[in-house]
Amino acid sequence: MIEAENIIKIFKLGLSKVHALKKVSVKVEDGEMVAIVGPSGSGKSTLMSILGCLDVPTRGTYRIDGKPVDQLKGNQLAAIRGKKIGFVFQKFNLLPRTSALENVMLPLYYSGASTKERQIKAEKALEMVGLADRAKSRPNQLSGGEMQRVAIARALINEPAILLADEPTGNLDTKTGEEIIGIFQRLNRDTGQTVIYVTHDPFIARHTNRIIHLVDGRIVNDEPVKNPLDAGTPRPDDLLGSSWNSEDKEDSEK
Amino acid sequence: MSIFMNLRIALRAIGANKLRSGLTMLGIVIGVAAVVALMSVGQGATSGITSQVEGMGTNLITVSGGRSFTSNKNAIISSLMYSDYEAIYEAISSQALIAPYYQGNVNVMYGEREADTSVTGITPIYGDVNSIEVASGRFITDQDNLEKADVAVLGATAADDLFAGLNPLGREIKIDGKDYEVVGVLEEKGISGLTSIDDLVLIPLETGYKQVFGNQARQGSEYKISGLSLSVIDAEKVDTVMTEIDFVLRREHDLTLTDDMSFTISSQSQMLESLDSITGTLTTMLGAIAGISLLVGGIGIMNITLVSVRERTREIGLRKAVGATRWVILMQFLIETLTLSILGGLLGVLIGAGIAWGVSTTGLMTATVTASTVVLSFLMAILVGIVFGLYPAYQAAGLHPIEALRYE
Repeated sequence: MIEAENIIKIFKLGLSKVHALKKVSVKVEDGEMVAIVGPSGSGKSTLMSILGCLDVPTRGTYRIDGKPVDQLKGNQLAAIRGKKIGFVFQKFNLLPRTSALENVMLPLYYSGASTKERQIKAEKALEMVGLADRAKSRPNQLSGGEMQRVAIARALINEPAILLADEPTGNLDTKTGEEIIGIFQRLNRDTGQTVIYVTHDPFIARHTNRIIHLVDGRIVNDEPVKNPLDAGTPRPDDLLGSSWNSEDKEDSEK
Repeated sequence: MSIFMNLRIALRAIGANKLRSGLTMLGIVIGVAAVVALMSVGQGATSGITSQVEGMGTNLITVSGGRSFTSNKNAIISSLMYSDYEAIYEAISSQALIAPYYQGNVNVMYGEREADTSVTGITPIYGDVNSIEVASGRFITDQDNLEKADVAVLGATAADDLFAGLNPLGREIKIDGKDYEVVGVLEEKGISGLTSIDDLVLIPLETGYKQVFGNQARQGSEYKISGLSLSVIDAEKVDTVMTEIDFVLRREHDLTLTDDMSFTISSQSQMLESLDSITGTLTTMLGAIAGISLLVGGIGIMNITLVSVRERTREIGLRKAVGATRWVILMQFLIETLTLSILGGLLGVLIGAGIAWGVSTTGLMTATVTASTVVLSFLMAILVGIVFGLYPAYQAAGLHPIEALRYE
């Protein structure tokens, strides 16, 4: 369970200060599947960074499984990231010239595990995303969807409390994107994995149980999804090509 | 995160850019090779000279003179006199062998051939003091001196210069236009310290005074000598003997203890010390010059590692996102530069030793590769790797994970 209360995040840009988050409070229970949506510059990536312990809030409290983490220093945050959080990025961020299996093992190097343990866990994680047969392939031999699945396996390797994904389908075509969402749904339903992802696509967002809508650094809407879509459901006409931010695909606010 | 894993990451990163890593390493290789080669040459020269000087014995004392006084009111040109030799002989003959000699610049010829040397007038004891061995014929004898005989003994080089392979024994050479019979040739000894006995043309001292050295060798009715060679019987007493010689010379020349003395009394061990310090300085300087190229190599490492950090910013961001601490990232890059500098250092030592060996085989110089040279230059390479790797590694470690992940 994660609890963020009254999170304020201020960035300094030259002389001016940008309030990326203005008192945001989020509570996500174990086993929830949540989408964070909002237009470009709404603060959703900043919120993800703080939830993922990649950054600390300027003010506010943040607890993971009841333990406050908002005042932790660099190395303690690194340890939390390694053990409690799994990350999936829009651009996959796999190490080049490194096999899928070794990419999946990467977090285990830093959390400390024996060679044998690493091997077994990584193979199991690859199996969970259906890539057991591609263990030895390198990123340049994999398709975009396969790369993202390797990234998901890497995120799962330390059995994190939360799986965070920042625009996980942003660099994939519609069909492959839905396959990735399907994996998230399966993980959530079968193993009770908490999943939070950021998306700008309302259709992708509707595959979750709950949508948090950010605008201008504030939560304007936080409500459950009545009938979550199953992955593979055809895209309804009213959501065809729509977006919270139509002009750009990726949002990079800071 | 163990060292081995870091090493694997480092090797992979180095292997991913083989040409670039190779060129970076080349700077260290050249630097270390230069340090090893130059220091080996320096040390080879040092040990060569030292062993030759030591071979002459550490119980030798040389007395030479002839400078003018600087503080004496009478400003007499002070020469070492034959009477000085007699006085010194009287004082210390029980403690040392004493050989007076006079060296004059006189023309030595055989037919059309000329020897590039000077003529030294000696007594037989000169041979004992300087451990001179005769290769063929005989040495100058007391009889020769007594009879003022027209005989000469040649050093190996002088014999070669004059006779070019002919057997010189029994032949006549011209010294200052007068005929002398060659009665002996000395064994080749090589360079001993700063002078070579191989160049010598030796004649009896008395003969020299009578008909070779002329008025230059006289002061009034007295004969001058160029110097004295002494071999102290008990090597422990070298210092005592030197003090006694100093005392006798001051007495003979009416000098007080504080007066400037124009004579030089030096022992072989003093010479050894000064030679040692000269060649030691030389070796250090050579090493330092070579060290500069090692420094440049280090800057190359830093440059490339900075580029590498910049290129791999996103990788660093990712590693941090999945749990890598600052320390781990720091070590990752430091081990990378260390691997480069260690490999470069090893290669450099091998190449440097190879150069030293090559130089030695040409026979022009002797290069001695010592363990301390190898260890020192290798440690220097490692130090360079750490010093110049630290800044880029520190930069990498300090990257903010989000900013690093967003880096394009």
